[in-house]
Amino acid sequence: MMSHIIIMATGALAAAVCALLGCFLILRRMAMIGDAISHSVLPGIVIAFLLSGSRDSLLMMFGASVIGLLTVFFIQMFRQGGVQSDASIGVVFTSLFAVGVILVSLYTRRIDLDLDCVLYGEIAYVPFQTIDLFGFGVPKATFGLALTFLVCAVVVGLFYKQFKICSFDPALAAALGIPAAFFHYLLMGLVSLATVSSFESVGAILVVGMLVVPAAAAYLLVESLAKMIGLAMLLGVLSSVFGYGLAYVLDASIAGSMIAVSGIFFLAALMFSPAHGVLLRKRRLQRPAEG
Amino acid sequence: MFQWLEVFRDPNTQWILAACSLLGLSSGVLGSFAYLRKQSLMGDALAHAALPGVCIAFMLTGVKSILYFLIGAGIAGVIATFGIGYLTRNTRIKQDTALGLVLSLFFGIGIVLLTRIQHSGSGNQSGLDKFLFGQAASLVRSDVAVMITMSAFLLAVCFMLFKEFKLISFDPGFARGIGYPVALLEQLLMFLLVVAVVVGIQAVGVVLMAALLITPAVSARYWTDRLGVMAVLSGIFGAFSGAAGTLLSTAANHLPTGPLCVLAATFLFIVSVLAGPKRGMLAKARLRMAARRELGKKQSVPAAEGGGA
Repeated sequence: MMSHIIIMATGALAAAVCALLGCFLILRRMAMIGDAISHSVLPGIVIAFLLSGSRDSLLMMFGASVIGLLTVFFIQMFRQGGVQSDASIGVVFTSLFAVGVILVSLYTRRIDLDLDCVLYGEIAYVPFQTIDLFGFGVPKATFGLALTFLVCAVVVGLFYKQFKICSFDPALAAALGIPAAFFHYLLMGLVSLATVSSFESVGAILVVGMLVVPAAAAYLLVESLAKMIGLAMLLGVLSSVFGYGLAYVLDASIAGSMIAVSGIFFLAALMFSPAHGVLLRKRRLQRPAEG
Repeated sequence: MFQWLEVFRDPNTQWILAACSLLGLSSGVLGSFAYLRKQSLMGDALAHAALPGVCIAFMLTGVKSILYFLIGAGIAGVIATFGIGYLTRNTRIKQDTALGLVLSLFFGIGIVLLTRIQHSGSGNQSGLDKFLFGQAASLVRSDVAVMITMSAFLLAVCFMLFKEFKLISFDPGFARGIGYPVALLEQLLMFLLVVAVVVGIQAVGVVLMAALLITPAVSARYWTDRLGVMAVLSGIFGAFSGAAGTLLSTAANHLPTGPLCVLAATFLFIVSVLAGPKRGMLAKARLRMAARRELGKKQSVPAAEGGGA
């Protein structure tokens, strides 16, 4: 029973961190950059792993954050060199991800990271790897995620106004003297951090689902940023709880099920959202014709 | 030392090599249209979206046949394309979010189905997970035949409709004005992308198939300003990447093919970024130096005259 709760809590934390940052990614039209970062942190994780020889999270987080920022930097560099932005995203993240996959395959006997774990995480094993904290055995991944959540929440909370203005009106932000480039990289750094700490539990490709899907559902439902963040986090947490149940019933990948459930939430929002839902909009369009 | 050359002697390897090169060639050519139409990441989304289609095709038929997979992935890809188009046009969701959304949802469902198949313990499911990163060595003769046929089909369509695709890539408004069925052609191009992705699944894998559609085209763009030249170059780059990836993967037994193809393509990309004739970094640096020297000359001449007077 305890392990069920731990797995659900870990998933919920990952979902909450990702949803919080995903809202800003969506508003700044950078969802695919989130995708790129979530893929390209892989070589950072593997290299940190090979260097340190352990799954010590701190070094991994550092390595992956560096690679995450490098990804953003490269994308920016090629874009300024005249490559179209989505093509430059595509080139950079596929290359880095390929390096990561090859490193994993090369050293697959020496390290206990395998391709399955890279893709869809091993959240089911989270309860078994604990660290000692004030005499309690706390699962490592859960602890790391809690820490990341705290960091992200504090940073976003402190600079909420700046992030908000940068997302909605970059020109105004520049006019007000807000260092937009700094906040851009700060956000990207946070996304890398969130990706790395969710990586072990949900895997590279599904992190992007956590980043995008709950935030997009919330985007359809509410009009204010604060509400959107709250709702996205709530939906993320609900998806991970129900997703775990679904995975238990189906005997399938937990992370995949979490994404599938969040997809159901998104579809519901798409259909029934009061302002942007497909069904209600249809009715609104018909009403003038009736009158 | 020359042990790896032995792989050329094996007729099976020769066929696989031919198939992967042809795959790279056709996806390179297609990718140059996708690049000009600013749809590079569409290939990524479609590749990920193919996974549930493949899994459902396997669950229904119980056999690993590339033809059924093609149908399954084709249907999934078409649904994904319509989903992305629908979300972008009819809701406040922007294209990048729609791409990420569809990509991760389809892939998540695909992973659920894949793990379900794996846990169900049905026979001959092993090797299905090779679809994630590709394993060219596991191709059998019939797969190779299908791959070669489909790639040739893609190339033929691109060749025949070159003018039409060129026009909708550069000026869709004009194309509509002179009476081309633009919507139909756009859908066709999307469908061809889906076919390319599906053909590449076994060799390159769903996760990195997008790179074969993107990277050769971007590299080719560094060398030329003409679409015809770009498509041919991009095809050659793609063919080289496919061949190099296959060879390396066959030589080094355990490595998946997909990432190796991608790295070969990335290598060409880096060469292009550095050495491209007009847009390359070296050319730009040389231009900048020449300009500075020119400027220096201009500034120094009046100064010398002034000193003389």
